[in-house]
Amino acid sequence: MTEEYINICLADDDQDDRLFFTDAFDELKIKTKVSTFNDGVELMNYLNNADSILPNVLFLDLNMPKKNGVECLLEIKKNEKFNDIAVAIYSTSSSEEHIEETFINGANIYIKKPSDFDTLKKILSEVVTINWQYHTSGLNKDNFLMRM
Amino acid sequence: MKVYLKYNYPQLTKKILEDKLSELGYKFKIVGFGEFNFLEKIPTEKLMELTEQFQEYGIEIIENQKSALVQKIKDTIVEMVNSDTPINVKSSVHIAEKLNLSYVYLSSVFSEVTYTSIENYIIIQKIELAKQLIINTNMNLTEISIQLNYSSVAHLSSQFKNNTGMTPSAFQRIILKRKEFTSNNS
Repeated sequence: MTEEYINICLADDDQDDRLFFTDAFDELKIKTKVSTFNDGVELMNYLNNADSILPNVLFLDLNMPKKNGVECLLEIKKNEKFNDIAVAIYSTSSSEEHIEETFINGANIYIKKPSDFDTLKKILSEVVTINWQYHTSGLNKDNFLMRM
Repeated sequence: MKVYLKYNYPQLTKKILEDKLSELGYKFKIVGFGEFNFLEKIPTEKLMELTEQFQEYGIEIIENQKSALVQKIKDTIVEMVNSDTPINVKSSVHIAEKLNLSYVYLSSVFSEVTYTSIENYIIIQKIELAKQLIINTNMNLTEISIQLNYSSVAHLSSQFKNNTGMTPSAFQRIILKRKEFTSNNS
């Protein structure tokens, strides 16, 4: 039978943000496996490794050292192997221009980092739940756009 | 002569599972007491058949019966949303009648398996259809709202915004620009 948990990756250089993020997932009722990465290079090394389990949803911080979120996003969108991964941008920026650009570059979800833990939990729960519907109901991922 | 027996239940059940599944030609791996993985894709009819075969041993496939029911609910919803003739009864009544089970039961199984409610799933499906119509047809929002049985354009727009975080026109703009971007880069 298919495994009932959802694989999630997060790339974010801020240690506190990573911790918040994993804590939030621990408290959700939906079963997840979360892997975190400190920067874009570390993330892409993991994704490009043939033995890695690809995430159902990938959360990308935009401002990271070595390789930033947009660079990762473009690399991911160019590679057919990653077609099934839903990409969520997870950023402090709320500039309209920025947001629209990441969507055009292929992001599925844009999340403005919330300031409190409860909002974060609520947002992540919503994102993962709706992604799960796309995943299990064969909905068209090209049309999956969501802004939180 | 009276014979007394002592059973090793884990071993017993493991043996039954192994024999039955091998006999039916499945590739599988037993991962614990009361759990095994198929190592290949199994169509729903095959699972139904297996469910029946297991019955004589008193073995019940738990998860899958629920998943099968959820699939039926989803099918009913998709059919309902895509239907050209509007359904005149409430969707809860329609689904319950169609599957001949109580709505309370259906909605509890649905939420358990899919992590979302039937109501929410109907909205997701309607918004998906709206997205397709926005992208692939020349229909305007008013026409789309009528086709999808919304009471008004405002209702469709607000549900769209609630679901996606953006307006229908922002959605359309982004998808068009993305197509342009992808075709310029390939």
